[in-house]
Amino acid sequence: MRRRVVITGMGVVAANGSDLHAFTQSLREGKSGIRLNPIMAELGFGCQVAGIPQGVDEIASRYFSREQLLAMNSSHRLASIAAVDAWEDAGFKRPEAESDRVDWDTGAILGTGIGGMDTIAERIVPLTNAGKIRRLGSTVVEQVMASGISARISGLLALGNQVTTNSSACSTGTEAIAEGTNRIRQGLAERMLCGGAEAASHYIYAGFDSMRVLCRGFNDRPEEASRPMSASAGGFVPSAGAGVLLLESYESAVQRGARIYAEILGTALNCGGHRGGGSMSAPNPNGVVRCIRAALQDAGISGSEVGLINGHLTATGADPKEVAAWATALEQTPDHLPPITSTKSMIGHSLGAAGAIESIATVQMLYEGFIHPSINCEDVHPEIERYSHSIPRTTRDAPELRIAAKAGFGFGDVNACLMIGNWQNA
Amino acid sequence: MNRQDIFDKIISILAPFIRNEDARDKISLKTHLLDDLKINSARLVDIILEFEDVFDIQIEDEDIDLVETVENAVQLIESKLGA
Repeated sequence: MRRRVVITGMGVVAANGSDLHAFTQSLREGKSGIRLNPIMAELGFGCQVAGIPQGVDEIASRYFSREQLLAMNSSHRLASIAAVDAWEDAGFKRPEAESDRVDWDTGAILGTGIGGMDTIAERIVPLTNAGKIRRLGSTVVEQVMASGISARISGLLALGNQVTTNSSACSTGTEAIAEGTNRIRQGLAERMLCGGAEAASHYIYAGFDSMRVLCRGFNDRPEEASRPMSASAGGFVPSAGAGVLLLESYESAVQRGARIYAEILGTALNCGGHRGGGSMSAPNPNGVVRCIRAALQDAGISGSEVGLINGHLTATGADPKEVAAWATALEQTPDHLPPITSTKSMIGHSLGAAGAIESIATVQMLYEGFIHPSINCEDVHPEIERYSHSIPRTTRDAPELRIAAKAGFGFGDVNACLMIGNWQNA
Repeated sequence: MNRQDIFDKIISILAPFIRNEDARDKISLKTHLLDDLKINSARLVDIILEFEDVFDIQIEDEDIDLVETVENAVQLIESKLGA
């Protein structure tokens, strides 16, 4: 018999809110965190807007010592803030630095799509090319090794179970939650800190800009630039941030009297194999449908029980296909598709952090009983006109919400899907 | 540059690397960087780089291992400055 897995803590640093409270308030208000990015404008990027969390250095200086900050680049800071917030939100205290006590029952799966690109671009490449190898010092390896963020957080919180970093492009954050859930289900851990982080660095965005997949037409109107499901959507808006959820066995949560936000009912991971229309950068629609259906099956529910979809929905040409895939997978006619919303409409696409931040948005909608708007979709894409009524343009009260679906799809044709259950309305 | 100036500059260089807050205000020549200040041994290379920048000197890699205490650091820097 597999164990039940619940969510007992959350921490988030996003473009429209640098903590859980501010983020949730912005979701309710439909507030965009997309701003003009001066460096991207100066360097002549096609896309000159981005979603960069505000006040991160100030928060980091309150949370961490100078010694700790010496080796924390952008993704480390974002991930560490979100992880500490999730840990304390769940009712735990940060361990004393001098204590040798290790929490052997708690691990971490914290992913990143790109990793320490800022450290590579700003330190390793220029110093190495100049022949100044000695000047790199001791801190670059831990900031660019792929597992850097999970390693950092295991040290901050003395975690002694599995500690690793996953990477599956834009499905990374969602995949981390699925993997952590399965570890707890199997009885291999009591608690797993799961999520993802992506650095604030224009060096990350440059390659996407060159691919012409970023939004170029709204540089003068940043808050309107991220337009999922819209006819005038012209690419995604890149962003940075981190989201971390404390997943916990039901037994552990009850034993310590923890507040339970929601339950992870089902998870699924797959890949479209770059076939049937899929490629390195496009999803095989059959793979997407199979992934959603596998998550339903894992949860033991039917498609008609899903009351909310928080899609991947990046504001590219893939959006109409994704909406159709949801309808097919849930076996719903256009008239009966549940509300479908995109957190990216407000915060842009935070790549390896997206699935985690947007899962937190999904949990908050279940926990507080509302559906956040999918902004900038006044002009729905003509291919999905039939589903227009399912797209919330304004915040909706939804105290009856029971089950929400969250999916993330990434380069490499990879898919991840979660079915999340309301705890109070279970 | 006199010994007190060198000592003071070393203390300010070490400051961000100190992990034992209780020892921060009690640093003397005899203070051990790793045992007393609990400095992460991996960071010694960063501290040496700071010494080079602040005192405008070159420190050989093999000299790094000689620096265990504040006094060792003072002596190393004095020798490089030709004081």
